Amino acid sequence: MWTYLARRLIQAFFTLLIITILCFILTRLSADPMAQYATNPNMSGEDRAALRARLGLDDPMPVQYFRWLGMAVQGELGKSFFSKQPVALLIAQRLPMTLILMVTAEICTLLVALTLGIISAVKQYSFLDNLITAFSFIGYSMPIFFIALGLILIFAVKFKQMGWPYMPTGADIWDPKDLGQLVRHMVLPVSALVIITTANYSRFIRSSILEVLGMDYVRTARAKGLTERAVLYKHALRNAALPFVTIVGLDIPYLLGGALVTESVFAWPGMGRLFWEYAQRGDFPVVLGVLLIVSSAVVIFTIITDIVYTFVDPRIRLS
Amino acid sequence: MSSEPSTSSNIATLKVESTGAALTPGQLIWRRFRKHKMALAGGIGITLLVLFIIIGTIFIPVEKANSVDLKARLSPPSAEHWLGTDSTGRDGFSRIVYGGQISLIVGILSVIIAISVGTLIGGVAAYYGGWVDALLMRFTEAMLSIPALFLLIVLGKYLGKDVQTIQVFGLTFSGSVGIVILVIGLTSWMYLARIVRANVLSLKEMDYISAAKSLGASNARIFLSHLVPNTLGIIIVSATLGLAGAILTEAYVSFLGLGVQPPTASWGNMLTSAQSFIQRGAWWMWIFPSLFIIFTILSINLMGDGLRDAFDPHSSRHM
Repeated sequence: MWTYLARRLIQAFFTLLIITILCFILTRLSADPMAQYATNPNMSGEDRAALRARLGLDDPMPVQYFRWLGMAVQGELGKSFFSKQPVALLIAQRLPMTLILMVTAEICTLLVALTLGIISAVKQYSFLDNLITAFSFIGYSMPIFFIALGLILIFAVKFKQMGWPYMPTGADIWDPKDLGQLVRHMVLPVSALVIITTANYSRFIRSSILEVLGMDYVRTARAKGLTERAVLYKHALRNAALPFVTIVGLDIPYLLGGALVTESVFAWPGMGRLFWEYAQRGDFPVVLGVLLIVSSAVVIFTIITDIVYTFVDPRIRLS
Repeated sequence: MSSEPSTSSNIATLKVESTGAALTPGQLIWRRFRKHKMALAGGIGITLLVLFIIIGTIFIPVEKANSVDLKARLSPPSAEHWLGTDSTGRDGFSRIVYGGQISLIVGILSVIIAISVGTLIGGVAAYYGGWVDALLMRFTEAMLSIPALFLLIVLGKYLGKDVQTIQVFGLTFSGSVGIVILVIGLTSWMYLARIVRANVLSLKEMDYISAAKSLGASNARIFLSHLVPNTLGIIIVSATLGLAGAILTEAYVSFLGLGVQPPTASWGNMLTSAQSFIQRGAWWMWIFPSLFIIFTILSINLMGDGLRDAFDPHSSRHM
């Protein structure tokens, strides 16, 4: 167990190291952070050169990388080139909004997907099962902006034209601290996220329940004369839940990154949009900060999921 | 997927059955695929789509898709403009045809890149083992830990610094198409690399490989007559499902405005402008490109699922 844990930790360390190198190279070299000053008439060439030197942009790349890494491991992510605000502050402002949106969507998705997946598996090949399977196949093949724009067209634009109560699109100015406004603005993005993710999850739940229902211990339980209900809830679901919990566990860290496209369409002030806005301007400290936080979370959660899984499922032998 | 290969294969099967000889693996795969109704439907869908695009590009000049007509801007579907026009009066139907051409080209070329990189990295890691394996797998893990869209954006920014117009086969594309192909290809090889590595590792332990070795077969022979045929199925299935993923990714990237740049049409960038005009009720700008994306992805996914079952000898019980 301990050797396994130690090996996983060492692997994770190297993965993180490669992530930082990769992200640093890609973001640092993708845009010139000084480009925003190039057209500034109040700044002479010497001023720009002086600023470059002061920001350390003239140093060799490895020096810049280790300086950034040294700061980052101490929790100091630097300042935005554009807004001059500390990166940590920008992230701290956006993270709660992303979590509100993503956690709500994830909980709703789990409820809907579990219901649909169980119905689908228990009533296999019924009309309802075919309907749910068809829905999940189509949902799986759909870009989320199709749903998002469709929801806007129907519930914001058309409803407004009809004079019915309509949903806001996010293009208006609103105050996230007002609970009523927050909920109203969340309805459409959460619905879009739920529809797309449900398609994915319910297919998975259906197949893992069906697999478990074919097992010998389910046959034994039925042979003992247990009711179908008891077989399903006491035996099948618990075992089918195992792979599903892993999938959800591995998805959790990605919630931190928000939903870039959904946040852009609905103008939701979350992490995805923060990343997108600053990536467009080539503001590399912010982009690097977001990348570092989200990918570290992914690496850490993968280890936690692995370890939890070995405790939960005694069949896994550690070698 | 026309009826012709099906009948010829029937005859072949009959002949084989009458002589009592075993079917070749290829015949078995085709037989299983044919019985998979949804997969066949997917195949027919793709064939129709490709025919639509080829016939469309023959009859509609590319100028029609890219020419601006401000008098006809934002007109709903009519006899003149079957699928309406966009915000600069470009004909929706022509843009669907040429956007489809771009989507398929981007999809196919980026899958070729992804398959080459994935097979190479997975194969090299499994073949050499040791620190080469460890390093390549940490790199793969690092790429997987960065949320896909974030990675796409950063890499797109990095590669897209200076974009020029390129000419291939007498067709002029904005250089953005090349960048998109490269970016999607370089960010979607990771799962295949892992699958190929695992497959080659398990094949190395197989008895028939040891048998071949003890019979004095050369490395090249083992590679060509055992490893390649046994990995090919996985690669073909990954390539098919990867094609759906690549077309969807192109739509996402172009939707964000990072991908294929206008005037060159792509289904994704047609939806970018739909986003701003949907508030004014321009539903045709939203629904038509979306339907084409969904139809394409759905058909390819169905075909990929069928191929996966067909290539997996264990799945014959489903037939």
